[in-house]
Amino acid sequence: MGEFEVHRVRFFGLVPAGIRCLACQPHGARLALARTDGAVEIYNFAANYFQEKVIPGNQARSVEALCWVAGDRLFGAGLGGEITEYDLFRLCVAHSVDGGGGPIWSMAANNSGTQLAIGCEDGSVKLFQVVPGGIQFGQNLNRQKGRILCLSWHPSDTHIAAGSIDVVRVFNVSSGQTVQRIMMNYRVHKVKRECIVWSIAFLSSGTVVTSDSFGRVQFWDWERGTLQESHTVSTSAVLSLSVSEKEDSIIVGTSTGATYQFQLLPVKTGSLEKRWVRTKPFQHHTHDVRAVAHSSTALISGGLDAQLVIRPLVEKMQKKGYDAALRKFTFPHRCLVSCARKARLLLFQFSQHLELWRLGSTDKTGEDGEVLPLCRMPEHLVQLKSKGPEHICCSCVSPCGSWVAYSTASRFHLYEVQYNGDSVSVKKVPKVPKLLLPAYQLQFSADSGSLFIASAQGSVHVLQLLEPGGCKHLHTFRPLSGCPEAVYLLAASADGHWLAAVGGDWAIHIYNLKCFKHHCTVPTYNCAVTALAIHPVTNNLVIAYSDQQLFEFSIPEKQYTAWSRMVQNSGLHKVWLERDSPITHITFNPKNPSHILLHDIYMFCILDKSLPLPDDSDLLMNQTTLKQLPETARQWQLHAFKICKKFQPLLFADLLDENCLVMVERPIMDFKTQLPLPIQQKKFGT
Amino acid sequence: YLLCASGDFVKMYSVATEETLRLMGGHADLVTGIQLNPHNHVQLYSSSLDGTIKLWDFMDGIPIKTFTVGSKLLALYALARFEDSVFVVIPKRGERATFQLVSVKLTKAAGQDLEAKELSVVLDGVDASPKSIAFGREGEYVASVKEIDLQVYFFKQKQLNRFCVSAVKTKSGNNQFTCIACHPTEDCIATGHADGKIRIWRNFYHKKEYTYSTLHWHHDTVMDLAFSVEGDSLLSGGVESVLVLWHNQSEYEKDFLPRLGSPIEYISMASDGTLCCTLHTDNRITIINSNLRFARSIQGLIKSADIKTGLVVDPRTKALVLNGEPGHLQFYCLQSDQQLFSLDIVQRQYIHQAGLNQADLVKVAFSARGKWLATVEEREEVTDPELQLKLWFYDEEAQSFKLNTRINMPHEDQITDLCFRDMDELEDDSVILVTTGRDCVFKVWVIVEDTDPEAQQSVSWSCDFIGSYHNYQATNCCFSEDGSLLAVSFEETITVWDSVTWDLKCTFCHPPGKIRNICFGRLTCSKYLIGVSDDGFLCCWNLLSCALEWSAHLNILVLQPDPLSEYIAAVSWLSKESSLFVFKPNEPRPIYIQRNLCREKIQLAAFIPRDEPETVGSEKYLWLRRSQLFFLTDTQELMTLSTKSLQERLTPASKQLAVEESLPVTPFSLLLGKHRRQQSQDDIDLGKLFVRNKCEQDSPAVKELLHTPAHVLPSASFLCPIFINSLLISKENKSAEEVADEVEMESEKTKDDSDEERDVTEMEQEDTSPLELFGEMTCKLPKYQEKELRKIRKVDYSWISAF
Repeated sequence: MGEFEVHRVRFFGLVPAGIRCLACQPHGARLALARTDGAVEIYNFAANYFQEKVIPGNQARSVEALCWVAGDRLFGAGLGGEITEYDLFRLCVAHSVDGGGGPIWSMAANNSGTQLAIGCEDGSVKLFQVVPGGIQFGQNLNRQKGRILCLSWHPSDTHIAAGSIDVVRVFNVSSGQTVQRIMMNYRVHKVKRECIVWSIAFLSSGTVVTSDSFGRVQFWDWERGTLQESHTVSTSAVLSLSVSEKEDSIIVGTSTGATYQFQLLPVKTGSLEKRWVRTKPFQHHTHDVRAVAHSSTALISGGLDAQLVIRPLVEKMQKKGYDAALRKFTFPHRCLVSCARKARLLLFQFSQHLELWRLGSTDKTGEDGEVLPLCRMPEHLVQLKSKGPEHICCSCVSPCGSWVAYSTASRFHLYEVQYNGDSVSVKKVPKVPKLLLPAYQLQFSADSGSLFIASAQGSVHVLQLLEPGGCKHLHTFRPLSGCPEAVYLLAASADGHWLAAVGGDWAIHIYNLKCFKHHCTVPTYNCAVTALAIHPVTNNLVIAYSDQQLFEFSIPEKQYTAWSRMVQNSGLHKVWLERDSPITHITFNPKNPSHILLHDIYMFCILDKSLPLPDDSDLLMNQTTLKQLPETARQWQLHAFKICKKFQPLLFADLLDENCLVMVERPIMDFKTQLPLPIQQKKFGT
Repeated sequence: YLLCASGDFVKMYSVATEETLRLMGGHADLVTGIQLNPHNHVQLYSSSLDGTIKLWDFMDGIPIKTFTVGSKLLALYALARFEDSVFVVIPKRGERATFQLVSVKLTKAAGQDLEAKELSVVLDGVDASPKSIAFGREGEYVASVKEIDLQVYFFKQKQLNRFCVSAVKTKSGNNQFTCIACHPTEDCIATGHADGKIRIWRNFYHKKEYTYSTLHWHHDTVMDLAFSVEGDSLLSGGVESVLVLWHNQSEYEKDFLPRLGSPIEYISMASDGTLCCTLHTDNRITIINSNLRFARSIQGLIKSADIKTGLVVDPRTKALVLNGEPGHLQFYCLQSDQQLFSLDIVQRQYIHQAGLNQADLVKVAFSARGKWLATVEEREEVTDPELQLKLWFYDEEAQSFKLNTRINMPHEDQITDLCFRDMDELEDDSVILVTTGRDCVFKVWVIVEDTDPEAQQSVSWSCDFIGSYHNYQATNCCFSEDGSLLAVSFEETITVWDSVTWDLKCTFCHPPGKIRNICFGRLTCSKYLIGVSDDGFLCCWNLLSCALEWSAHLNILVLQPDPLSEYIAAVSWLSKESSLFVFKPNEPRPIYIQRNLCREKIQLAAFIPRDEPETVGSEKYLWLRRSQLFFLTDTQELMTLSTKSLQERLTPASKQLAVEESLPVTPFSLLLGKHRRQQSQDDIDLGKLFVRNKCEQDSPAVKELLHTPAHVLPSASFLCPIFINSLLISKENKSAEEVADEVEMESEKTKDDSDEERDVTEMEQEDTSPLELFGEMTCKLPKYQEKELRKIRKVDYSWISAF
C-alpha cells in the first residue's frame, strides 16, 4: 500500500442538520428531504440513492412540509408562512406565495396534482390551485381553533382529514364544511392531557390512520367516527407515519428513534378478513424520527440525528444483493473540505461560515501505526462569516493558499489571504464581475492563476486572478447542445490544459483551457457521477459513478483507456460494488502514476493499476492478511485494491505531497454529543 | 384435573386439592408425551420411549389400548381434525440425532394390544424437544423449529415453507429458536428464542412476504410459550421465574406474575381458559388463575442446581434433607412424596442470573436427636471467599429451627466436612461439633453458657480445640459410635483422636491415594474404621490392633453406613456404570452386590430408617430390613432399592429386584394435559365415597348409630359425645400406640445393641490370637447376630400383631 505520513484531522466540527420532512415522488424515483436548517436535498433512487441535488438552506426559511405536485414540481411550506416552489434545475427558490394563515404546519397535494392544501397555525385549511408557473389561492375550508398539524387527502380528492390537538376533522372539499369530528380522548388518572395528532393518513377504504403523542397508532372509520383498531407502539410520541401506494403497509416513526411497520394481513389463509398487524420494529435512530416515507421497495426514515435510513423491503426484492442492503446516510455526498496542498491549509465549509486551518507538523518519523508527537499544533487561522440568512453553497481555497472563494445563493465572494508571519489578514477582492449566479462548484487551477465557477445551464465561468487582489472574467464555457441543468462537479488538469465539468444530466464535458474550446464529451453512462479528477501526468480523466463503477478516459485520445476497458470486461469485485456510499473524492500520487487514491465515507483506497484486479473469490479487504504473510507469499496475494478502513467516517482525504496524506474524520460520537439529548429510556442491564 | 407425565408414570392431580389422585403406570420407559383424546375428553393418550402409545381412561386409571409403534417416541400430538391418527416424533432410521415427525394410524381393531405400523412422515429434521413443534389453527398446518430454522407444513396444500433467522450471533446473544406456539384461531405463530425475544410470525404461507414482529422482555432464553384459548393473549416464561402475559401481541401491554420461585420450564393452558399452570425446573407445578393470580402449587422434591449438602436424614422427622431452592434447606418426606418444609438458611435475596456468585448452602449436619442443626454457607470468590457456619436450635414450641449462633469465617478456607458427636444418652452440653477445612486444621466447637445477661439465649457455640496434622488439608471427619474417638482424614492419612483429651491416638495411612471418605463401623463392628481413597482402594482398619484388616480394589464414590445396623453400602463407578456393594466391616466379602445399578454416576446415598421393619424373605436382602437405601444420581434422580418384586407394583415383570424410580426429579413431565369438567361432580362423588368408606372402617359405633332407626335412638345430646368420642379416641389411641411402640422398640433395640457391643468387645478382648482365628470369628459372629436379629424380628412381629 505504501507508507504515508497521515494528518488525522478531527477538528472539523461539522454538525449535519436534522431531517424534518421527507417526500417520495409519486411513482417516481426521487426522494425530497428537508432539513431543520431549511436545506432541501434530492436523492435519486435509480442512482443508488445518490444525493443528487442540494438546495442550500436559508436561515429565514424553515421547511415544515414538502410535497411533489404533478410529477416533478416540488413545493415546500414552513413556519415562515410561505409556500415555496423550488427550481430543481437552478437549485434555488423559483417563487413563493404567502399562505395568509400564519405559520404553515402541514401541506398536502391531491392525487390529481391540481390542488394544494395547507394547514396553518390559526386553524385554517386553505386550498391552492396549482397552475403552470405558480399557485393561486382557491378556497378556505371551515376554520376552527387549533393549529392544523397534519393533513391528508382522500385518494378520490373529495375529502381532507386534518389532525389538530385532541381532534381530527374531516372536511368535504367541495362544500368546505366539516363533516366529521373525531375526539382523541386520553385520560390518565382522571387528569386529561392534551393529545397531539402528529400525523394522519386517509386511506381509500375510508379509514383514517392517526399517530399521536401517546404512542398510539389508531385506525378510525371516518363516516361513523368510530375507532377500529388501536396499537400502542411506544411509550412516547409517534411523530410520523407514511402509507405505501398499495395501502397495505404503513411505516411509523417514534420519538424514541424506533420505526415500526404495520401490515394489512389476512387473519386466516384465504379469508377476506384482514387486520393491521404491527410487524418489523427497527431501531436505527437515536433521536426523534420526524419523517418517514414509504417507497414501493423501501422504508425510509429520517431523524433529528441527521441520519437518513433506507431499509429495503427484502420480500419485494427479486434477489439478494446490492439493492437489498440497508443504507444509512449521515453526511452529504460531496466534499465540504478543500485543501491547499502547497500551503498545507484546509478550508472547512459550514452552513453559515468558513474556517481556515493550518495543519500541524512533526519532525519525527516512526513505525507503522505509531502516533507521532506534534511540534506545531494545528492552527485555526481565519473564520469567514457569511452575511445574511443564506447558506453557503460552495467554497474553495487555492493550492497556494492565498485565495479563498465562496458563494451563496445570491452572492459570490473572493478573498485574498495574506500571511505575515503569525498574523493573517483577509482582504475582500473588489469588483468581482457580475456573473450568472448562484455558483454550484468552485475550483482553482493548479497554479492558482485562475478560478473555475460552475454555474447554471451547464456553463462554467473562468476568472483570471491577478496579483495583487484583482480578477478578470476570461471566458464562459457552455455545452454545445445546451443543457438546462447546473454543473455540480469540476476537475482541472494539473498542467492547466483541460477542464472537465459534469452537469445535472450526468454528461461530462471536457474543455480546452488554452484555446477556450469545447474539446469533447465523455460517452454518456446512465448513472450519476460522484467524483472525477484528471491525472496530472497522463491527463486521463478518472470518473466514479454512483453504482460504484470506475472509468478512465483519456482526454488527448478522446476515448476510454485500455485499463478502463479491461476493468469493464472483467468487472469489479462484488464487495466493491455492494458498498453503499459513493466515492466522494479522487486524487493521484505524482510519484506513482499508476496509483489512484479514492475514498468514500467508510474507506480509503489506493487503486494500483499495475496490479491484477481481484476476482470474486479473492478477499477484497486483504491488507490485514497480507501483513501476516511473508514477503514472498505476499506477492501472490496482491491485487489492485488496497483498502484502509482505519479512518471512519472519512469526510475528506487528499495527498499533500509524495508521502503525506491528510484525512478529515468526523467521529459520529463527537457530533452526537452536540445534538440535543434524546428521550431517556431505561435500558436493561445498564 | 391436572395430568402430568412423570418418569414411567402419568400422574393425575386434583386442581382443587393438589392431591395426587391417580398414578397410571404401565410404560416400561420414560413417558414422553401425553395428550387428551380430542374425541373423548376422559381419555388420554400417552407415549413413551419404550415405543408404545397407550390410551387411558384417566377417570378410572385403566389402560384401554396399547399401540406398539416400535421405535422410540419422543413427543406426541393428537388433533381433533385427524380422527384416527396421532403424531409422534421418532428418531430417523440410520441417522443419529435426526428426528422426524410422523403420523401414526391407530387401528380401530378390538383387543388391548395392537400394532400401529402405518407411519407416514410429515416433517423431517425436527427437534427432539416436544416444545419445538406446534399445530396451528384447527390442524391446518404444523410448525416446527430447530436451531435457526422454522418449518411450516400446510396439510391441505401439502406445501412446506422454510424460514430462517440470521445465524449471526450478535452481541445480544444468539437467536436460536427454543419453543413455538400457534395461535388457536388465526394464522399466527409465536416463537421463543435463546436471546429472550419472542417473534410473532404472520403471513407465512408466502415464501417471501412473510413478516414477523418482536416482543422482548426476557433477558434470557424463553423456555415456553402458550396462547390463551381465545388467542388474545400470550404467556411466556423463562429463567427469570416470571410469567409474562402479553395482551394483543403488543410490546407495551403486558402483565407479570413475578417471584414464581424458579425458572419456568413448561406452560400449559386449561381447555376452558380458566387456569394455566407452569412447570418449574425445581420439580414444581404452579397453578395460576386466569387473572394471573397464583392459585396453588404442587411440589415434589426440589431440584436444586447442585446438591452440595449431600443426603442427610433428619432424625426427628425421618425426612430427607438436602439443598432445595437456592439458599434453602428442604425437608422432604419420602413416604408421601411431599416437601415437609423449606428452611431459609442464607436469608438473602437470590438473583436469577447466570454468572453471579451467590451465597449457597454447602454443608449440613444434624445432631443425633435432631436438636441441633449445623449449616455452612459459602460464596465462592477467588480473592476472599465468604464462609458462615450457622447453628440452629430446634424450638419445640415453634416446631422449627431457630438460629442460635452464627460464626463468620470459621475456617480460613472452604469447609470440607462437619459432624456432630452422636451421643444419644448424654447431656445436652456434651454435644460437640467438628469441622474440617482446607486451611489444614479441624476445629472443635462446643456449647458454652452465655454469661452476658443482655443475650437473649442462654447458650452459644464457641471454638474449643484446633487440631492439625503436618499441615495437610483436612478432608473428612467422623465420630465413632460411642463418641469416644474422632477420625479426621488429612489428605493421605487418617488420624484418630481421643474426643475427651484431644490427643492424637494413632494414624493410618494407605498411600498413595488421598482419602475420599471415612466412616466407623457400627454395632458389632465398631472396632473397624473404613476408608476410601481416590486411587481406588477400600480399606478397613482394626482400631484395636491399629492394623489393616483387609482392603479391596474398588473405585468407591459413595460410602454410606446404615445408622441402624452394621451394614455399610458402597457405590463404585467402574466402566461407566455404578455398582452397589453392601458389606459388613468385619468380613471382607460383600454380602450383597448389585452390578449395573444405573448408568449415571451416583453422587450421594442415604439410609432412611423404615417406620416398621420389612419382612425380608431371602437372606440376601437382610440389610434392607431396617432402613431403605436411597441414591441420588448426577441427573438428580432419586432412586431406591426395593425388595418387592415388580408384580406388586402394577407392572408384570419377573425380576426379583428392580430399581424403582420413585421420584421424578428431572422434569420428565413433558406435557401437562389438563381437563376440567364443568362442575367437578366426580370430585364430590369421590369425596363422599371416601368419607363413607372411612366411616365404615373406622368405628362400629358410628355405623351402629347410622343404622339404628331414628325412633329407637336415645336423645341426641346423649349420642353426641359418644359419636364424637368414637371418632376421636380411636385415632388418638392409634397414634399413641404407635408412638409408644416405636419408642419401646427403639429403647429395646439400643439395649440390644449395647449388649451386643459389649459382647463383641469381650470377644475381641479374648481374641488376641493371630489372623488365622479371624475367619473363625467371622463365622461365629453372623450366627450370633442372626440370633439377635431374629429376636428383634420376633419383637417386631408381636408389635405388629398387637396393633
